Amino acid sequence: MALLEVENLETRFYTEEGVVQAVNDVSYAIDSGEAFGVVGESGAGKSVTSLSLMRLIENPGRIESGEIRFKGRDLLSLSDEEMRELRGNEIAMVFQDPLTALNPVYTIGEQIAEAVRLHRDATDAEARERAIEVLDAVGIPDPEERYDQYPHEFSGGMQQRVIIAIALSCDPDLLICDEPTTALDVTIEAQILELLQDLSEEFDMAIQFITHDLGVVAEICDRMMVMYAGEVVEQGTVEEIYYEPQHPYTVGLMSSIPRVGSERDELDTIPGTMPDLVKLPTGCSFHPRCPYAEEACTRLDPQLVDVDTGRPVDGPDRTTHSAACLAHSGELDGELTYSVDIVEETETEDTDTVEDTQ
Amino acid sequence: MSTEPLIRVDDLKKHYTTDEGFLDRLFGDKRLVQAVDGVDFEVREGETLGLVGESGCGKSSLGRTMLGLESPTAGSVHYDGVDLTELSESEMRPYRTDLQFIFQNPFASLNPRLTVEDIIGEAFDIHDIASGEERHEKVVELLETVGLSESHATRYPHEFSGGQRQRIGIARALAVDPQFIVCDEPVSALDVSVQAQILNLLEDLQDEFGLSYLFIAHDLSVVEHIADRIAVMYLGEVVEIGPTEEIFSPPYHPYTYSLLSAIPEPDPLWDGDRVILEGTVPSPTNPPSGCKFHTRCPIVQEDCSTWDEHPDLEPVDDGEHQIACPYHERVGAI
Repeated sequence: MALLEVENLETRFYTEEGVVQAVNDVSYAIDSGEAFGVVGESGAGKSVTSLSLMRLIENPGRIESGEIRFKGRDLLSLSDEEMRELRGNEIAMVFQDPLTALNPVYTIGEQIAEAVRLHRDATDAEARERAIEVLDAVGIPDPEERYDQYPHEFSGGMQQRVIIAIALSCDPDLLICDEPTTALDVTIEAQILELLQDLSEEFDMAIQFITHDLGVVAEICDRMMVMYAGEVVEQGTVEEIYYEPQHPYTVGLMSSIPRVGSERDELDTIPGTMPDLVKLPTGCSFHPRCPYAEEACTRLDPQLVDVDTGRPVDGPDRTTHSAACLAHSGELDGELTYSVDIVEETETEDTDTVEDTQ
Repeated sequence: MSTEPLIRVDDLKKHYTTDEGFLDRLFGDKRLVQAVDGVDFEVREGETLGLVGESGCGKSSLGRTMLGLESPTAGSVHYDGVDLTELSESEMRPYRTDLQFIFQNPFASLNPRLTVEDIIGEAFDIHDIASGEERHEKVVELLETVGLSESHATRYPHEFSGGQRQRIGIARALAVDPQFIVCDEPVSALDVSVQAQILNLLEDLQDEFGLSYLFIAHDLSVVEHIADRIAVMYLGEVVEIGPTEEIFSPPYHPYTYSLLSAIPEPDPLWDGDRVILEGTVPSPTNPPSGCKFHTRCPIVQEDCSTWDEHPDLEPVDDGEHQIACPYHERVGAI
């Protein structure tokens, strides 16, 4: 049994404009100590998936169906009281914008100690000691002095470290990071990523890492899934997805990244934008933007299938490389024809082209 | 691309004071934020100059000061033989048709109460370029140039996605037929797939209209893609400048090298050596002595903190590529 198993999760928002299908039939699993990446454009449902895990979906949103099993317990059947016990204690979350996640009128030490007192039944002195300990663990110099300072006295990178310290204060088994480095400079991003990797190893903590930056995922994740319009379109190990992407959307996403050392004159783009989640296109949600779309794609909704055998993958599966494209279930007349260029480490020009046709 | 400079910036400085509040004046707590501290460079016709650096290094202040959106503390900006910093508001106005700005945040830079037609058409009204039917036709033409259509003209900004809004911002800048555009992080707020669309659009427009850009970004991989030359800024100063391919290959300024090695590589098996800079950019109100980078520099030497001022840009090889670090050859040994 994996640490976290999400099965057929569906989350909807009932708005005046209609029903927003934010998360559609999403299944995945994360093992303890594993780093799992969730990738996609804005509006793909990445954040709503994570908020669903924490049961933080508010009106008019509702978790419609599915199961979320954490250490074997179904989170959706827990009472609010039980869920509060778990949140911040066993599952913690790091948000994108550190300044809005911190309370400006409390010292940072107090904000860490609050979590410890709540979950650990600790005295004030013990909570303070623990807070200083985690501030030290996330690399904040002079933690005892910094304990009594307010969020505005910290730089963006330091604020993000404080957020991580709050998340770590109760030794969670799963840390959900929602774009934790997007608001930071690349040099600071590198520091934070290194910190997360070290902490994950030290505390054997699993990380669910939400980002739109494929470089970040390559660096720290073991496995990943790509989301589009509320659905999982591809799932597998990071190597499988980077070197042998099997869904046209993944391919488009990869090739639109500007890379240092690339010789391309023009960046490849995915035409158009993400569809409105109130009125999803018929058939495959990606077909209006897909260069390989055929008539069948407008009718049939592709299932997530094993890319090698074409057999449907149902429920959380940690071992299969799967993709939701009709090309893999044999319902497409044409073939996916694209090539993956692997840039050699030596920074010399690459010629190693893998022609990929199924 | 000619080598004649279109815009020349000489020893440009922009300092902000912190004594604007009553209490600060009362207690005499006056500090200077040295946002831009003596910058020289030129932008040539038809060229894209990339400007990179971390937040707070003064790159946006530099862009804004160049176009007269902020008044400089010292130095000059020459365009077409005229020193723009000497001009009054009204003398500056005719030059504004030549010099335009594309802002970072497409959600904040468009007036939410105006239709797209009026957002773009406002430029025609102010500079008396077109009115009535002609104004409408020109707006439609511009919308089509940036990949939107006539039906978008009557809509309001909130009806558009981030990428579409940035296209509207670009159309507005193009309305007055400019020569030079400062693009201040135009793609930072966008998704990677949309980012690529906008970068390609900017390049196509450059070819079509012979534009020159100052392209400000904090992301070296984006700048590498679009820029002909790159200037790297640290704490208000340019530490390295040169043609793009020379910036991305040795010799490096130690700061440029650290920035490059911090970029996460989208390749799971990539295993390069990384230099992770310690700490954050020091406060520009109280910059370090000597070379401003010495507090974080991976190759710092004993005398780096004792120079009277930051080392000057010195040419390497043919002189096009300049590095402000006498020890830069040691970067290779990191």
